[in-house]
Amino acid sequence: MYVIQQLINILQLGSIYGLIALGYTMVYGIMRLINFAHGDLFMVAGFLSFILAAYFKFPFLPTLLICMVVVAMMGVLIERLAYKPLRKAPRVSVVITALGIGLFLENFVLLFYPYPQNVPTLIPRITWNIGGATISYLQVLIIGLALFLMLTLDLIVNHTMVGMAMRAISWNRVVVGLMGVPVDRVISITFALGTGLGAVAGVMYSQAFSVIDPYMGIVIGWQAFICAVIGGIGNIRGAILGAYILAAAQILVVMVMPSTYRDVVTFTLLLVFLAFRPYGILGKPAVEKV
Amino acid sequence: MKKTLAILLVTMLTITSVALVGCKSSAALTIPIGLNAELTGGLPVVGASCKNAALMAVKEVNDAGGLTVGGKQYQIKLFVEDNGYKADQSVAVQQKLITQDNVVAIVGPNASVMAVPASEIAESSKVLMISPWSTNPNTTIDSKTGQPKKYVFRACFIDTFQASVDAKFAMNKLGAKRVAILYDLGNDAFVGQSTFFKNTFTQLGGTITDVETYTTGDKDFSAQFTKIKASNPDLIFLPSMYNEAPVQIKQAHALGIKVPFLGTDGWSSQDLITLGGKDVEGCFFSAHYAPDIATPIAQKFIADYKTAYGAVPDDVAALCYDSFGLLFQALKTAGKVDRQAVRDALATIPNYQGVTGTMQFKEGSGDPIKSAVMLQIKNGKFVYYSTAQP
Amino acid sequence: MATTKMKTDEKSGVQSPISYLRDHRGATGNNKLIVWIVLIVGFALSFAIPQFNIVNGYIQTIIMYVGINIILTASLNIVNGYMGEFSLGHAGFMAIGAYVASLLTLHVFPSSSSFFFFPLAVIAGGLGAALVSLIVAIPSFKTRGDYLALITLAFTYIVKSVIENIAAIGGPRGIVGIDKLTTLPWVFFWAVLSVWIMRNFVYSNFGRGVLSLREDEVASRLMSVNTQQVKFLAFALSSFFAGVAGALFAHLLQYINPNIFDISKSVDVLLMVYLGGIGSIGGSILGATIYTVLLEVLRPLGMFRMVLMPLLLVFLMIYRPRGIMGLRELRWLVPGQELKIVKRWRRKKVVNDANSAS
Repeated sequence: MYVIQQLINILQLGSIYGLIALGYTMVYGIMRLINFAHGDLFMVAGFLSFILAAYFKFPFLPTLLICMVVVAMMGVLIERLAYKPLRKAPRVSVVITALGIGLFLENFVLLFYPYPQNVPTLIPRITWNIGGATISYLQVLIIGLALFLMLTLDLIVNHTMVGMAMRAISWNRVVVGLMGVPVDRVISITFALGTGLGAVAGVMYSQAFSVIDPYMGIVIGWQAFICAVIGGIGNIRGAILGAYILAAAQILVVMVMPSTYRDVVTFTLLLVFLAFRPYGILGKPAVEKV
Repeated sequence: MKKTLAILLVTMLTITSVALVGCKSSAALTIPIGLNAELTGGLPVVGASCKNAALMAVKEVNDAGGLTVGGKQYQIKLFVEDNGYKADQSVAVQQKLITQDNVVAIVGPNASVMAVPASEIAESSKVLMISPWSTNPNTTIDSKTGQPKKYVFRACFIDTFQASVDAKFAMNKLGAKRVAILYDLGNDAFVGQSTFFKNTFTQLGGTITDVETYTTGDKDFSAQFTKIKASNPDLIFLPSMYNEAPVQIKQAHALGIKVPFLGTDGWSSQDLITLGGKDVEGCFFSAHYAPDIATPIAQKFIADYKTAYGAVPDDVAALCYDSFGLLFQALKTAGKVDRQAVRDALATIPNYQGVTGTMQFKEGSGDPIKSAVMLQIKNGKFVYYSTAQP
Repeated sequence: MATTKMKTDEKSGVQSPISYLRDHRGATGNNKLIVWIVLIVGFALSFAIPQFNIVNGYIQTIIMYVGINIILTASLNIVNGYMGEFSLGHAGFMAIGAYVASLLTLHVFPSSSSFFFFPLAVIAGGLGAALVSLIVAIPSFKTRGDYLALITLAFTYIVKSVIENIAAIGGPRGIVGIDKLTTLPWVFFWAVLSVWIMRNFVYSNFGRGVLSLREDEVASRLMSVNTQQVKFLAFALSSFFAGVAGALFAHLLQYINPNIFDISKSVDVLLMVYLGGIGSIGGSILGATIYTVLLEVLRPLGMFRMVLMPLLLVFLMIYRPRGIMGLRELRWLVPGQELKIVKRWRRKKVVNDANSAS
């Protein structure tokens, strides 16, 4: 019973990590860019859902869809304005730019909402009892939605033309452009997809934890980044795997040890793991041409 | 071309800002007071409340013609600075207020990580500092000598007192014999509160069934609560912030935990109720003041704050307002705008009726002698339950 | 062949100082004398300012912050700029330096003569950080780029978490009551020392190894560069100075707490490095100064300050991706040999271009 409960907790946490990690991994796969502003876009989605639900009284589905679309557009806009001019620059400059944009978003939202906000519940609070453990409708929704979206994404990337273009660009951007693939458009689509998923995570997270503040994207952002790396950055299935693994590690550690050691143990395990398998679980060692 | 434009823009921006800094408005007679608050960074709520209350306090006095000190009328000039929730910025801001703005006294910072280093500066520069909200005993104690600092005061009670009040309440009024604790490892106020609570409660003969921790910013407590549930407590002591507690209690309820929760002054903001809803109904917590049994002074403050800012003031706002009140009284008693005189006057205030109750200072300690109140959340409101005298 | 012109004053036969300096330029066009003069004047000023209160305490504190940030930025530049890695661990090293030094001055060294033991404590802090950096250096042998970023990120979290869990050194409450031993002269001294050492490192054989590692690791190994040794040394040096900066920081703030050394501190140093320019020590000095000063100067903007700063940074990155002084260096920091080589190369290039054009 206790174990089942923790399992459900792992599934829920992992699903949220997974949605965000997918955004990181997709963008990285195509552009070799760690978009550190991703966590903050997740936060923006949460605030947007709050505004829609609290002031305009939208129900769940329209809120979710509008947030997805708006934040996806924001992602594309940021890419066009800030990342595109730096395509030829050293990779790290783009990372710094991403950090800068993240900081900007946090403080910008802070200007309007220094006080944390309560997000109105848009999902009925029904719970079920499975052998002593409780699971709520919201949790089922989160897990289900996350799995559905992940599978859809996997489908898109592996079985459509656009997906093929994405994969091709991750191998060699210049040549693919010469082959007639509209590189800019595909990159924009990638950003839109990745950010859209992060937005879903933001909305669901705000529903699950109901209190949002401008800095909530930071910690989650870094943790999702870790998930993406564990699974092998650039690899979509890896990101999903990594997300559940990290969630499991965090919760299992607390189960077994005093919770003060959670971060230490989790990160040490991560370090040890990376020492033996630096490219992540599903990652492939990058071939270096001499 | 683009490059020159960009450089030009940045230079102009910088020059404008510097000009703004250099610009000092000429006023008749002014008393400069500094406010060192957490406006940006991890705890902007505290900074915002503090700033609001400060602006209100100063405006009240200035609109009434100013403060009469030693027979002359002075306008209060408030210097509001942001410490960005960073210790080094807190120090820089403190220095700026003392040496550049030449303030006579400083109110703030609120969070202990900011308040402790700032207090060192205040102490060594011999400038009066009042922290409205820092409950960490270290803020007013000189760690080398173990003696209280001379220039650092606070407007609130300290954690040792608060935690013992909570422990006694849990045991005597709520009849709890087994208590579990969940606290934030990254916030030393809460670390202190849970440690002191644990000590007092065990001294009173109770048992602590489980102690769990999390780090600031965590949102998922399912693992910790599952363990707590398994340890079977009568009550859960939850010293956390008012934006964390609702999330935590909701998760606990979702896991089937039915025992009551006991909180501390971190809970006391109306937002706790807004964010917590039904889940926080019936819970108790210790606080600095009770809005419903408010004295006429407090009621006026609450009404004015509501008019000015559209919200019921939280603990931080009330304490900040009281800090200014204490300061104004000390200035009047001192009879002159002098740092040392103000400090001496404050140190011996016999009786100050503030929004947060009666305060008394004695020479030799920066901590006021004041009582704590236990509040209960009933019908979606904070309702006064009892007072605990020191 | 530099031609020298003696500009003697007809009347008294005394030469003006400026022409003297010009005459005694080395073949590189540099003058060591200027550097020495600047250093001595700077040192004297660093004593004079606190003594005579030439500027108020606030500005003195800011100057000290600038000095500490210069040390931090230059040291991170070694790993991030010159070696081309992406390390997020600087806050962790700073924390180790701060804690080691503070514990020493508080508990081990007799407090009456802590002034004399201060440099020892600072060095100990640096050594502690350097030792721990070896732990980070080892995974760096196998991974590069983003994986290293993750490892160093994890490292910062671990350091913070470990400190929080050790109640004996204060845990989450931190350490209070550290002596205020950091003064302007000390900051100046350590800043100059670290810049000097790091600059010497960069232009030494090891430094060349570092640069070649950045460009192409496999090729450098083929060219018999001992990459492991170079990496070890680079990390050790970088974290040594991070530890030094941490120790100075602790003794200025008089209070440290694990929250101070979190990921956002690493990000701050990172921003300073990229602002000033990667692979340039002069750039680090510039970046640290601009960042620290701008943060203070923009205070009147209130909360807009934190909205504006990142935007400015983003604009800067878009227009100058390598930072203000990316990959270029201040004349006075480059050793004479280097400049000679560059001059010769330039002359050759001009000749070659002329030849190929004709």
